[in-house]
Amino acid sequence: MEPALLTMRRLLLVCWLAPLALAAGVLPPLLGGPALALLALPPLAALPWGWWALGRNWASWCYLERDDDLLIRRGVMWQQLTVVPYGRMQLVEVTSGPLDRRFGLARLQLHTAAAATDATIPGLAPAEAERLRDRLTELGEARSAGL
Amino acid sequence: MGTPSAEDGPGTPGTPSTPSTPSTEAAVSTPGLPAGGAAPHPAEAAGAAAELPAGQGKRLHPVTPWRRAWAPLTGMSAVLAQNAEQLPGWLGSLGPGRLLLLALGLLACGSAYGFLSWRVTRYLVTDTELRIRTGLLFRRTAHLRLDRIQSIDITRPLLARALGVAKLKMDVVGSGEADELAYLGEEEARALRAELLARAAGIAPEAVPSAGEAPARELHQVDPGTLVRALALTGRVWAPVVVTLVVAPLLWWFSDSLFATAAFLLPMLAAIWRAGLGTFLLQYGWTVSESPDGLRLDHGLLQRDHATVPPGRVQSVRLVEPLLWRARGWVRVELRVAGEGTESGLLVPVAPRRLAADLVGRILPGLDIEGTLAAITPVPRRARWAAPVRRVGYGLGVTPSVFVARSGRLRRVHELVPHAKVQSVRLTRGPWTRLLGLAHIHVDHGANGTASARLLDAAQAEREVAAQAVRSRLGRRTAVPERWLTGGG
Repeated sequence: MEPALLTMRRLLLVCWLAPLALAAGVLPPLLGGPALALLALPPLAALPWGWWALGRNWASWCYLERDDDLLIRRGVMWQQLTVVPYGRMQLVEVTSGPLDRRFGLARLQLHTAAAATDATIPGLAPAEAERLRDRLTELGEARSAGL
Repeated sequence: MGTPSAEDGPGTPGTPSTPSTPSTEAAVSTPGLPAGGAAPHPAEAAGAAAELPAGQGKRLHPVTPWRRAWAPLTGMSAVLAQNAEQLPGWLGSLGPGRLLLLALGLLACGSAYGFLSWRVTRYLVTDTELRIRTGLLFRRTAHLRLDRIQSIDITRPLLARALGVAKLKMDVVGSGEADELAYLGEEEARALRAELLARAAGIAPEAVPSAGEAPARELHQVDPGTLVRALALTGRVWAPVVVTLVVAPLLWWFSDSLFATAAFLLPMLAAIWRAGLGTFLLQYGWTVSESPDGLRLDHGLLQRDHATVPPGRVQSVRLVEPLLWRARGWVRVELRVAGEGTESGLLVPVAPRRLAADLVGRILPGLDIEGTLAAITPVPRRARWAAPVRRVGYGLGVTPSVFVARSGRLRRVHELVPHAKVQSVRLTRGPWTRLLGLAHIHVDHGANGTASARLLDAAQAEREVAAQAVRSRLGRRTAVPERWLTGGG
């Protein structure tokens, strides 16, 4: 995955937790005693932990294009390995939200006839996402079959 | 005066929209109807030419409008029932003469709507498609690709049986809801079903009219006694009864309110009915027969249903054995077919094991079911730390043609997925299972389902996932061809 994905996720984490810690540290002491400022500790503690966990999770994502199928491995605590044969792909989708575009990222999703198939690769460089999409589509057509 | 086709604007061919329900459309369209009623022929034919060549489409059975005529009346009575308090005031101000006039007017509008929507609804079978054009105000043209048809059901509700008509329901991959043609004459429905299946199977179009309905050979009929005993031995029938008997007196005792008790009892009674007698009526006389166009299922006491499952469309097979059935060697066989519609997906509600094995062997040719079940290996002993009780039921088996996952300690379920139908394979493990050196395998198939083999040894699971990817790729090459009678792709 692109390092930009990690940067984006960490930034989002800070954007969520910092105001929360600030609110928990300022509002309760104003309403009650100053001891209530300790409520800011959990969000502050979550920050380094989240920082570290996001890093581990980012490092765990990988995909591998094999001759006949695509492997996607992800997760540290809850690991998942997905195998999608090229012939089963119904649709390859590349999406990129405003935030993704700001960081130069794109997300690639594979759809098969089974809705349970969970094959998504977030945080690709747009050029790589397009290359992968074209290659997967090509391979899918070559190996395609009915249901 | 605008004709129906002029009012509707251009049709939208191939829009995968939902079928318009007559009841909701009725309220919209009745005020806009031309007072004259029937439209002149040439104008309508010209409007239809865009999708269906003039004079080629067929109409539904003339009984159909009567079904639709009810819609505005029911809508009206629902409105009246909701405003029950103001009702006497309204009626008083109208007087009996006007009231009668109003009712007659409504009935006329309803019949005119029914008649017109019957007139504009047509269907046509071409070499590759079934085209259905329907809708008075909101035109809908559905083109169903014949080679994508998963199953065709004929349903005959009680009233329709008395009138000699039937409903034809088609399941196509990719469309959310089943498309239906209601109503057709019984003979016509049967002939159309045969024609659609024959064309989908790849028989030359010229040969179709003479091919007729493929001959069927009865394989098994569930006799009512067995069905009653089998139902009586399942928990699903008794659970609502027990819950009702326990909760209703308690509720009465504590709340002392008739309303609360009734509010609980009514849904429970409905559940009891559905689970018990309703199931019996639905599954009565369950017959499985074999014909060249697939397995045929006929069932129902009051409402007769008829379904055909073409071979090669089955995505997965489930063998379910409730605890009390096992001593008798009974098993229920369920099928999963891509697309919704085949109600409950049952192949046979109750059958002896040997017979069930035979039936499954016809759906998944070349499958030796006893050998397959014998190939299942239980999960390692250390899995008891993850699932102390349910561990006993879990197991995984793989044969050259299918992937089998077993689960359930009391109610044992075997889920079989042919390798050719596997869409993707997933291996998952959480923190606890990882610590124990275990992993789950999930195999996704095309009927929006997943067969999960849980708590396998991690190394074995890794091997199986890699092997499964290869097997599902190779399984595809030896699968039944899409057009199964001619062997074409």
